Amino acid sequence: MAVYTHSVYVDPERCTGCTNCLRRCPVEAIRIRQEKAVINALKCIDCGECIRACKHNAKRASYDKLSDLDFSKHLIALPAPSLFGQFNHLDEAEYVINGLLEMGFKEVYEVARAAEYVTDLTRIYLNSPKAKKPAISSACPVIVRLIKLRFPTLCDQLVPILPPYELAGKLARERALREHPELSPDDIKTVFISPCPAKVSWAKSIMDGQTVHVDYVTSMNDVYMELLKKMKRDEDCNGNVVSEAGIVGMSWATTSGEAASLMNEGYLAADGIDNVIKVLDDLESGTLSEINFVELNACSPGCVGGVLAPTNGFIARLRLQNLRKSSGMVVKPNDIADIEKGDRLKGGVIPPEYIESDAFTYMPEGAPNMLAMMLAMKKADALAEKLPKKDCGACGSPTCKAFALDVVNGDAQLSDCVLRSQMEG
Amino acid sequence: MNEALHYHFDVDGANFSNAGRASVETKKLLRQLGVPPEIIRRISVAMYEGEINMVIHAHGGDADVYITEDTVLITLKDVGPGIRDVEEAMKEGFSTAPENIRALGFGAGMGLPNMKRYSDEMHIDTKVGVGTSIELWYHLK
Repeated sequence: MAVYTHSVYVDPERCTGCTNCLRRCPVEAIRIRQEKAVINALKCIDCGECIRACKHNAKRASYDKLSDLDFSKHLIALPAPSLFGQFNHLDEAEYVINGLLEMGFKEVYEVARAAEYVTDLTRIYLNSPKAKKPAISSACPVIVRLIKLRFPTLCDQLVPILPPYELAGKLARERALREHPELSPDDIKTVFISPCPAKVSWAKSIMDGQTVHVDYVTSMNDVYMELLKKMKRDEDCNGNVVSEAGIVGMSWATTSGEAASLMNEGYLAADGIDNVIKVLDDLESGTLSEINFVELNACSPGCVGGVLAPTNGFIARLRLQNLRKSSGMVVKPNDIADIEKGDRLKGGVIPPEYIESDAFTYMPEGAPNMLAMMLAMKKADALAEKLPKKDCGACGSPTCKAFALDVVNGDAQLSDCVLRSQMEG
Repeated sequence: MNEALHYHFDVDGANFSNAGRASVETKKLLRQLGVPPEIIRRISVAMYEGEINMVIHAHGGDADVYITEDTVLITLKDVGPGIRDVEEAMKEGFSTAPENIRALGFGAGMGLPNMKRYSDEMHIDTKVGVGTSIELWYHLK
């Protein structure tokens, strides 16, 4: 297993050492040390909550800049469905696609279209005896990492199908090679336009045996600024450009779009990282038995709420609704069987190239020695009793309890508790 | 280590939305300690059932978790009505839960059978009019 490369990072120049991010991190991965926030890479799930919480722009996401792209190559843009919700008064998806071509991309392959194939594949998977119910969507990389780190018993319920952005990269590349026999595979580069840092991390963290079909991941913010210059609202769209995604793929941008498109009654859809954690806890307690499929998105109201998307997610959701109406969007027959043209899908067997090769196995945060950990927790519990229990965060740990364990582990000193020194003084 | 790691939880009988909290907290502790996932799953399912039982039938109670290197012991104690016929209560589908509770999706008569199924050993000590005390044992080795 390779190291997980995080997109979210701290800019120490900007960080003031305040406690805003500390208290908002859902997995308690942040500590303030020497007046600066430090992220524990083993715990971080790249949800971006700290980026949202930071008032000093000190929490940032790394991604490929547009200036990193070599436009002399055959670049294929892979716009996330959420991109289409960023523009006011957008009445045809084609304006965006045209704008991307104007920016210098040679082709556009909509991730929404790939999402429609994922919907198909998921339906096949749910009907196969192999599927462990309730099956949990693996499209949001935050959720996948959260489950792998914290919900050991749910790992085998993740749907083992490639996420839409990855499938889009694969299909875009195959199409370009087919249609441009003069190109060598190295000439073709796929560029995902991402609404969130988690998908950057996902693409940059290549696990053993995994081929990643997304070569670059750019921020939706950056692309948006360029697109605004290139999109021509007043002119008719170039007649040669046609959006290939239908209403199903576009609906993936907002919560319950993915689940509803499965046409399966027993589904649950939730968003917002805290809500998601509650649902996962309930799933682990075995209390949600009547459900077949669970769609979970770290951001609310779905991918449109990602921290790299320029527009307020709720407004973007409304704009997508308007776009669906104004452009008369329909269900496009993007059937996975059309790509397959064979009978490989018979019997509910999903061809291996659509399967996520990074096995969804439990990755304990450390490899704890139980006895040592028990002793540490015992000491920490005793120490926590003596702490002020205000969870103020001034010590640099998110809660008094976390602080106690940090002290026991030698990662903090009791004197860091300001309130306690005051109480004693 | 001679002494067990001990955690205590008040199970609030007046509050359905909090039911399940003790089992969620326990699950986190066990994961931190590195207890194997399959055992954690069994514990969280059984303990959740126990908590819900205490909320439905006994206006809450006390949940205690004792962890040693070899065993996890969960005790669930309440001063509720007690169980009149334990053998009957252990039958799947048997329930004395009132209609309004069943309407919420609880009281399917799987509580005690599930707790037994998802534990290595279960001991019930109950007296009508006095209360019920249940021990759930798990062997880690």
